Amino acid sequence: MTAVRISIDPVACEAYGYCAELLPEAIVLDEWGYPIVDGAPLPADLVALARRAVRDCPKRAITLTKKSAH
Amino acid sequence: MGNDVSQAPPRSAVHHLLGHPIDLAGHVDAHGPLVVALGHHDQWQQALTASLESSGLTGRGGGGFSSAAKLAMASAHGHGGTLVVNAMEGEPASDKDKVLLSRAPHLVLDGAQFLAAMCRARRIMVCVPVGRDGIAAAVEHAITERSAARYARVSELVVRPPDRFVAGEESALVSWIAAQRALPVFRPDKGTPLRRGKRPVLLHNAETLAHIALIARHGPERFLARGLVEEPGTSLVTLSGAVAQPGVVEVDRGTPLWEIVRRGTPVQPAQALLVGGYGGNWVGPEHFDTPYASISLRTIGASAGVGVIAVLGERSCGVAETAHIARYLAGQSSGQCGPCVFGLPAIADDLALLARGQADRGLMARLARRLDEVNGRGACRHPDGAVSLVRSALAVFAPDVAAHDRGEPCAHWRKPSSLPFPRPMAR
Repeated sequence: MTAVRISIDPVACEAYGYCAELLPEAIVLDEWGYPIVDGAPLPADLVALARRAVRDCPKRAITLTKKSAH
Repeated sequence: MGNDVSQAPPRSAVHHLLGHPIDLAGHVDAHGPLVVALGHHDQWQQALTASLESSGLTGRGGGGFSSAAKLAMASAHGHGGTLVVNAMEGEPASDKDKVLLSRAPHLVLDGAQFLAAMCRARRIMVCVPVGRDGIAAAVEHAITERSAARYARVSELVVRPPDRFVAGEESALVSWIAAQRALPVFRPDKGTPLRRGKRPVLLHNAETLAHIALIARHGPERFLARGLVEEPGTSLVTLSGAVAQPGVVEVDRGTPLWEIVRRGTPVQPAQALLVGGYGGNWVGPEHFDTPYASISLRTIGASAGVGVIAVLGERSCGVAETAHIARYLAGQSSGQCGPCVFGLPAIADDLALLARGQADRGLMARLARRLDEVNGRGACRHPDGAVSLVRSALAVFAPDVAAHDRGEPCAHWRKPSSLPFPRPMAR
């Protein structure tokens, strides 16, 4: 079982906010429009949307990391 | 130590950083020639590794990581790299590395030589910020002495990165060395070795290197004889604020905070101490007897950080002082990460309103939310330091915070800060 987590590169991110529109369950925006992620494993039914968020980010600031759960 | 009871033991037989000879001849008289094994000398390397391990030395640049563990990792990252002496000391309340490099440059450089040999690094770079010409000149003079005497084996060079708070952060410093961009780099995995091209870059704080030099030369026993059993050795601490004699003192690890402060001769009763630097923590009077050691400071939510203790006298306003520091830290963001770029000024604005007694009804809740949201969301830990400072202020100065929040600011908030800040630089 591998858990997928969302990670944001804060240097690359420029607050376009598309990710939070696609994945409101996992990404919220702060008051300046920058995404907040909690680092928790993503539910399996959201992984496809998360991949789309990675592709759609204009700054390529999102990565999905896979770590096998112990 | 000597058998001759009629004489005090020679000062050099006790581990200490301040008070060593400044010139190379005196340095060699006191410590002997530099004996460093280059290449594969397993016995020499194992002996030094064992000394560092048993000394329990931890880094003195803020991270507090085990020096032996750091060396073990560095040795695995490949050879031919650069060993960086980090003397950036961007913290305005810290002077310890400046004092150490101007008073004992050979000790710091020797530490760098030992580690360079251990990691088979090809060059040593001493990073002294632009503007600190006196320090750079002292180190350059020492390097000239050393090369004239053919004293050291690995080449030594002073380089001058810009004088910014975050320029000394390790990824920012390596980025400047590699590409003249003194900006922190986002590293998802902080364990990734820093590199210049394909070669590793290893960074050590100047004070850490001076301890390493003494441990490598004299063995770990003298270091172990000072400080606590659980946390041995000495530390340089910069004292400032409401003291008659601000400056750098050397203390045993585990010395109670208040005893350290007494060495600076307080000029008025203290209401709080700022421990660790501007990204550190306020500590209230109920904890003034806490031993100055990571293991003890951790229990009160503080850390030794960059070796700063600033004394807040009773005739100052902790809320206003924290607002000054928050504003300063906001201005020192490298401008890369949104949460830091927008969050730190917003937090500083909230604190300024609070200090003036102009808090709106939602201010405290908004400030708490902003602190939660900004924490941990930068490429480097600059925003985290600001959050830690402000949170500790809200706790330690809680009665004052509540009064300011009710629109009853204290009589002291208009005063200029009693803490050290650099003059604004012309750009």
